[in-house]
Amino acid sequence: MTGRVSTGRALRGVAAAVVFVVSVFPVYWMVLTAFKPTRDIQAATPTFLPLSLTFEHFGTAVSAQGFWSFWRNSVVVAGGAVLLSLAVALLAAFAVARLRWKGRRGFILMVFVAQMTPWEALLIPIYVIARDTGMLDTLWMLTLVYFMITLPFTVVTLRGFLAAIPVDLEEAALVDGCSRAQAFRRVVFPLLAPGLLATSLFGFITAWNEFAFANVLIIKNQDDRTLPVWLSSFSNTFGTDWGATMAASTLFMLPVLLVFLVLQGRVTTGIVGGAVKG
Amino acid sequence: MTTTLTRAARRRPPSTTPPPRRRRTSWWPYLLIAPTVLATGFLLLYPLARNVLISVQEFGLPQLVRGDARFVGLANYAGVLGDPEFWAVVRRTLVFTAINVVLIMVLSTSVALLLVRLGKWARLLVMSGLVLVWATPVIAATTVFQWLFQSRLGVVNWALVELGFDGYRDYAWFADGPATFAILVALIVWQSVPFAALSLYAAMVTIPSDLYEAARMDGAGAWRVFSAITFPVLRAMFGLITCLEVIWVVKAFVQIWVISQGGPGRATTTLPVYAFQVAQSLQRYDLGAAVSMLMVLLLVLALLAYFRQMYRQEELS
Repeated sequence: MTGRVSTGRALRGVAAAVVFVVSVFPVYWMVLTAFKPTRDIQAATPTFLPLSLTFEHFGTAVSAQGFWSFWRNSVVVAGGAVLLSLAVALLAAFAVARLRWKGRRGFILMVFVAQMTPWEALLIPIYVIARDTGMLDTLWMLTLVYFMITLPFTVVTLRGFLAAIPVDLEEAALVDGCSRAQAFRRVVFPLLAPGLLATSLFGFITAWNEFAFANVLIIKNQDDRTLPVWLSSFSNTFGTDWGATMAASTLFMLPVLLVFLVLQGRVTTGIVGGAVKG
Repeated sequence: MTTTLTRAARRRPPSTTPPPRRRRTSWWPYLLIAPTVLATGFLLLYPLARNVLISVQEFGLPQLVRGDARFVGLANYAGVLGDPEFWAVVRRTLVFTAINVVLIMVLSTSVALLLVRLGKWARLLVMSGLVLVWATPVIAATTVFQWLFQSRLGVVNWALVELGFDGYRDYAWFADGPATFAILVALIVWQSVPFAALSLYAAMVTIPSDLYEAARMDGAGAWRVFSAITFPVLRAMFGLITCLEVIWVVKAFVQIWVISQGGPGRATTTLPVYAFQVAQSLQRYDLGAAVSMLMVLLLVLALLAYFRQMYRQEELS
């Protein structure tokens, strides 16, 4: 019996190791390549440990034309979209989670359906609308589109987080003489903070990642492109320079990764919780 | 749908309605949802309506410039549906979706079951790995896969040659249709497993342990425990995640576009890629709009069963 138990244990250990390596290896390989000197990258036998490191490729990536402005564009667009959708979704989530009203179910259904919309199917009409309203080639249009893409998800998740906060707490504050706004600000808001963080991070990733609309809506004004579009054209232009391409990819994922690691526990439980409830 | 509604309403005795929260009717809730409704109307419903409109017009580059599109009825749909190319794309999309979703669900269920059984530290390690993948932006991951499968310097070819598969020396993955298809599947599965596995794990942890103990007392094996307890209890969760994955895989565009632009030949042209190609390179926005409407229709049909179930749950909760 003990023999069987320990074999099972060993098997689980091996399985865990395999899952870990398969998950992490591509990312590890990206970062390692970014730091490797070119001669090591082009060596016949790859090296799996960092033997000698260089920042040269990061230099190439950062000094590539427009890098900083694309970086700024991405931050502005993704950040703007997230703030906008948090503000709008918080109101709606409050209405859905805390108040009872006619049409509530219909509204929830609308949000669910909106969440499932295949956005890529709306590239053409959104392009036409942007052109008709003179919003083509503007970061505003992109911000609005990303706002809409993240909005349904934000409503659903915030509703989940709000519903998890007992109404009694709020009511106790009301009894203690708080106004409803005060009760919300002092009692609900602090409890909701982790939820807001998790939700905004997920929205930020979605907007930070978005490629199709950024590629179609910003054409003439090349300075207004965003990082994903830049990165894809970068790997075309620098196709043979894998060190620089991997350095650029590393720089691209860095902000997302940093925030994710800082908030890791909360974000994971939060988003998974939202998905389970949603 | 209506019958379910009325049945649910009748079944629920008045006493079990959720406690009324605050004022029953006021204009507050409507004010709170107004921004969401307005945004959805302008940024989702209006483009959708516009898409329907374009799909029944003759709408190419000249009409885009001059804005004098004329109506052609269902001619665009007839054109698309009559094109054998379209049906090849639909078949490819279905195969692509089926392979990806089956792999994602099987692998993430296995990983979730593994996570439940691991010790604290091993679990933390595996979960960190999964979160890392989850946090990797799509474009970065796509570029990395191009690098892994690069013909001369790619580490995959090197490893295959080391393992004795000498045919993979300098093998050009992206020149071959099925090989490119396989890489795209690997990429999408790799990216999708973390979310599904972590969600399933989170759900599995909520199953009361005495259910398992009872099953084990009865001498049930691992597979029996899964099929008799884990799966039935989490049926809704499995349904939800499968649906989300179906949607995500069907509309996957960036990975395919960046890696292969639908090629080589047409080997990786799925519906969204096809719609984009038709609209962008042929400048037939009308046909592109028709293809994307058909894609939405296909998704809706595929998910109808799920929507019904979800609606019923909303009714009961």
